[in-house]
Amino acid sequence: MTERWRRGVFLAGAAVLAAFLLWGLAGLPGFGRYPGPYGDIINRVAVAQTNATGVVSAVNFSYRGFDTVGEEFILFTAAAGVATVLRHLRGEDKISTRQEALDRVAPPASDALRAAALAFTGPAILLGWFLATHAQTSPSGGFQGGVLLTTGFVLVYLAGQVLLFRRVSPEDLADIAGAVGAGGFAAVGVTALFLGQPLLSNFLPLGSTPGAVSSSGTIALISFLVGIEVGAAFLLIIGELVDQALLLREGRA
Amino acid sequence: MSFLPFVVVAWVLVAGLYGIVTSRHLVHQIICLIVVQSSTYVLLLAVGYRTGAVAPYFYDVPVHTPAVDPVVQALALTDVVVEAAVTALLLAFAVQAHKRFGTLDPHELVQIKG
Amino acid sequence: MTGLLAVTTPWTVPAGVMGVLQAVLLVLAAAGATAVVLTRSPVRQVLVLSAYGLLLALLFLVFQAPDVSLSELAVGTVALPALLLLTLARVRRREK
Repeated sequence: MTERWRRGVFLAGAAVLAAFLLWGLAGLPGFGRYPGPYGDIINRVAVAQTNATGVVSAVNFSYRGFDTVGEEFILFTAAAGVATVLRHLRGEDKISTRQEALDRVAPPASDALRAAALAFTGPAILLGWFLATHAQTSPSGGFQGGVLLTTGFVLVYLAGQVLLFRRVSPEDLADIAGAVGAGGFAAVGVTALFLGQPLLSNFLPLGSTPGAVSSSGTIALISFLVGIEVGAAFLLIIGELVDQALLLREGRA
Repeated sequence: MSFLPFVVVAWVLVAGLYGIVTSRHLVHQIICLIVVQSSTYVLLLAVGYRTGAVAPYFYDVPVHTPAVDPVVQALALTDVVVEAAVTALLLAFAVQAHKRFGTLDPHELVQIKG
Repeated sequence: MTGLLAVTTPWTVPAGVMGVLQAVLLVLAAAGATAVVLTRSPVRQVLVLSAYGLLLALLFLVFQAPDVSLSELAVGTVALPALLLLTLARVRRREK
């Protein structure tokens, strides 16, 4: 089937798909007219029940905590999958990172890039930490905080300091951090079981002020653990890909 | 205006699919898959929106202010990060495919056996 | 349309202006997605994807979803392009 035929058949099928999709979406209540009861109910009771003013994070880590555990394990498995798929196969010999870094013929990082990376690494890590620990107050949370934490480390790599990047983010440390994060989340959930409550229920004492850091029970703790896990998982993935980018020779397999 | 978000969702979905079908480079296909995924985020948020409402954060507004739906925002939030990790897994597969077959053209990859 | 406002803070935007902002950003997002798909060279496509991620983050912001906007900003502008460029570097290296 030649290119033009393939394109024509696809466009016909896509037109039918789009027509059905729009027909189905037309049955919704219309943009801006949200009818459903659940959103309103949660908005009304969440602050009183969990002492968290960030309702989205309360939904993520308390009301629908089970879904979040599942998503976090998807992340964990994806990082493990990347490490497995990119493992060193028989027949590839890996030059040591140091030797490769010395042999690189890539243009050195410009001064502007190094200055920007230097300026932004500290604030990025600080901001990521802040976001991961303040899920219950304002728009923040473990997931985006974790990604920002990784960004802080990646800035080191971008500044041309490959060796420093490998030293501050060794694979073992990222592995352990990811395991601590994921396992910690599961442990918090199971602890609630041991206390006779449903899985992942909020068993820590709620503070008195809505929106304070220590006031929302397990939400802050879970968000912090998720931040560590997401940061470690992404660091592992990027570390694997950096190693791949550095691999030079391949023996005859 | 009240139908525009859904039209945009359908358009982005079909555009991404077009990119996947007519692509000659595996990484180009993966990026078009990212575009298809982004259409679902827009759909989720469009479903939960209420005109004139505020974001569901009651740090500085009183608790009974009409707000948009927080559940779909929670879904979209975890979606964004998790699908980045799954994309990384796809990229790892692309790297291994290139290592074994020397090409990233999906048309040629299909014909290689073993 | 201004009667629909739920609460008025010093930063409140009139509902009509918000509607216009949403319409403009939606159309820009559709155009951005088309641009991403139609760019054939993967390296250039990564840069267009980064700009598209920024557009999406703005769109999520005017949909009153700051959390999702933060996520999309961190992931779509930095993490995904970093992963993609690293992969492209790996692939290009073998073809030398």
